[in-house]
Amino acid sequence: MRPEILRPEIEHDESVPHTHPEPGVDPHAPLPAATRALRVGIGGPVGSGKTALVAALCRAFAGELRLGVVTNDIYTTEDADFLKRAGVLDPARIRAVETGCCPHTAIRDDIGANLDAVDELAEALGPLDLVLVESGGDNLTATFSRGLVDRQIFVVDVAGGDKVPRKGGPGVTAADLLVINKTDLAPMVGADLSVMDRDARARRGALPTVFQSITEDPLASQVADWIRHELAHRSTVTVPPDAAGAASPGAASAGVGSAEPAPRAVAGQAAPVAALPVGRA
Amino acid sequence: MRATARLVARADGHGRTVLPELRGESPLLLRQVPAGDGGVTVYVVGGAAGPLAGDELRLDVEVGPGAVVRVHTVAASIALPGRPGPVSRMLVRATVAAGATLRWLPEQLVAAAGCAHVGDAQVDVAEGGTLHWRDELICGRHGEQPGHAEVNTWVDLAGRPLLRQSLTVGPDVPGWAGPAVLGGAAATGSLLVVDPARPAEPPAVAGTVARLPLAGGLATLWTATAADAHTLRAYLEPPTENRSWCGGAPPEPVSDQHSLAGMGG
Amino acid sequence: MAAPTMLLLLADGRFPAGAHAHSAGLEAAVAAGRVTDLATLGGYLRGRLATAGLVAAAFAAAARRAAWSSGRRATLARLDAELDARTASPAQRAVSRRQGRALLRAGRQIWPAATFDDLPVTPGGPHQPLTLGLVGAAAGLDPAQVATVAAHATVTGSASAAVRLLGLDPYQVQALLVRLAGACDATAARAARAAEEPPERLPAAAAPLADIHAEAHATWEVRLFAS
Repeated sequence: MRPEILRPEIEHDESVPHTHPEPGVDPHAPLPAATRALRVGIGGPVGSGKTALVAALCRAFAGELRLGVVTNDIYTTEDADFLKRAGVLDPARIRAVETGCCPHTAIRDDIGANLDAVDELAEALGPLDLVLVESGGDNLTATFSRGLVDRQIFVVDVAGGDKVPRKGGPGVTAADLLVINKTDLAPMVGADLSVMDRDARARRGALPTVFQSITEDPLASQVADWIRHELAHRSTVTVPPDAAGAASPGAASAGVGSAEPAPRAVAGQAAPVAALPVGRA
Repeated sequence: MRATARLVARADGHGRTVLPELRGESPLLLRQVPAGDGGVTVYVVGGAAGPLAGDELRLDVEVGPGAVVRVHTVAASIALPGRPGPVSRMLVRATVAAGATLRWLPEQLVAAAGCAHVGDAQVDVAEGGTLHWRDELICGRHGEQPGHAEVNTWVDLAGRPLLRQSLTVGPDVPGWAGPAVLGGAAATGSLLVVDPARPAEPPAVAGTVARLPLAGGLATLWTATAADAHTLRAYLEPPTENRSWCGGAPPEPVSDQHSLAGMGG
Repeated sequence: MAAPTMLLLLADGRFPAGAHAHSAGLEAAVAAGRVTDLATLGGYLRGRLATAGLVAAAFAAAARRAAWSSGRRATLARLDAELDARTASPAQRAVSRRQGRALLRAGRQIWPAATFDDLPVTPGGPHQPLTLGLVGAAAGLDPAQVATVAAHATVTGSASAAVRLLGLDPYQVQALLVRLAGACDATAARAARAAEEPPERLPAAAAPLADIHAEAHATWEVRLFAS
């Protein structure tokens, strides 16, 4: 069940996927084996709603996935504090990375501090299913290194102007998922969602784009579903049954659950999105 | 001028400390003064002005198991220029046995204009020994720039390196007065406290004094800079059971601290 | 002596070992009002070079010397303890180990055949200068070159942070670095000579404000730089 707001009422080709293309036309790089958490980067310009999206995903995955968050915001502790205040994620599951005023460097050219933070989360918390890496607010040229994340989401908002998708840049054109955020503001800022949709398709080819308003969909359902789909489609490895516990980082998608997750037989099953449980509150 | 002095302290088995050896020579004379608590207090009495460039002074201190020794100086040492060329040197070697206590709390070293002085301290503290070791350096007499002064503090605890610190000031030392080293402060110093009876303390900072738990054992270093000797001393008074910060309450935050906090936004 | 390009690669601020996120105390010095312009930055860099720069370069060169020695593991352990004893500030120790861990991550991936397992296993990671010594060995640098990389990083890291924090004119800052090049080389040469001594006799040049700045910085709720 998708909130209706998520797609603008425009001429609409249902064959263009909103979440993920068919396996045969998957434009993404192969995902790594499920020996560790899936790492998903969330980038985008300042103020586009990255932190709000992270908070929504934390809410959506509560009780479903073992989640960690690494935040790179320039004012590092502010993002972490936002998540703490929102009560959506245990502070122990958040790591902040200082970027020395170079947010793009920390996620693209010199990723060690972020990789350290990901490692520290796993060391402190045991195996995780998903780590969200939020970039510091930057401009349209920022992208994540494939050495840091497996998938990246680029967030732009309608208030930034409906020409943003046309401007392109590696985030808009190449992110695995483009999120056009704050659609509820479109009438107020005079943004034409159909223009944004058309330009995004032109820029992105088969790569998916979602329209979203966290105000109206506090669980960011489309993005959450997309991540579930990516998790389910990672290539899997044979994890010995007795290694699926906390001692093994290889239990990534085998142990999907809450704070004390019960192992589930997801590994090896390329479950369709619709078959995955949706963690609605 | 060359001079050596030696101080050997032992516990007498009745709760008192005795000095089987206490000898010195000018300008390094040692005087024991009465102390009421069983420990001994020894003053280093400068027999002449100095140290002067060219002086070679050496003091050995050996504190045996259970003995308690305090060492003070009667006045600040003023390192002065002497014959051109050589430096003045003051070497202190101390050993502190298990259960022994050495409180080395001399007055300041003042690096006068034109001086060339090297102070070396090499201290070995056995596991279970207690040490208070204070170094204070005043960069120049009032209103003058200092000569070259180097204060080297090498302390081992239980046979492991605990503290290695060389502080060097003077006209030939790049950046010593600048914002990375002393920031224009005329006085700087540190107090090392090794005390097995004292609980570990977390790091803390207020203005220009910091409390630093060391890596090599249960030991804490207070390090400070200050505008003058008096302020520095307030930062570096040895702590007592009831005073975590040296000199009582944490020093009042100086403007420094406000600007640090202000950076937050 | 290694090919010059290898030296340049290791000294490059773009070498992925996290340098961009460290100001080496400059962020705190700026906040305290001690570094405000090009002149005070110059004083800061000279002081850093003579203290932390000399110590880091000497330890890096010593670790590089140990890299091909038979007692390498024991020497590295001694160097680790000696460097701890020269780093009174817990915040500075943590930063050095954090940077060492970042450099080790890069070294392991770039030189997979090199052995880094003799570095002391410590909770926060190996000290940066020790790691640099072994990475330098993997790259074929000699101790003097490793010391040059360390001394160079001491000044360029803070200078780059100053450009970002104070908005200084990058040409003027680069001109300052050019003026400091001789001091940088002299520091590296001195460090390389000192590295021939046993670990306990390596330089221990201290800077009270470095400790004070580092501890103040560590208490901030909000930081732009990791150090």
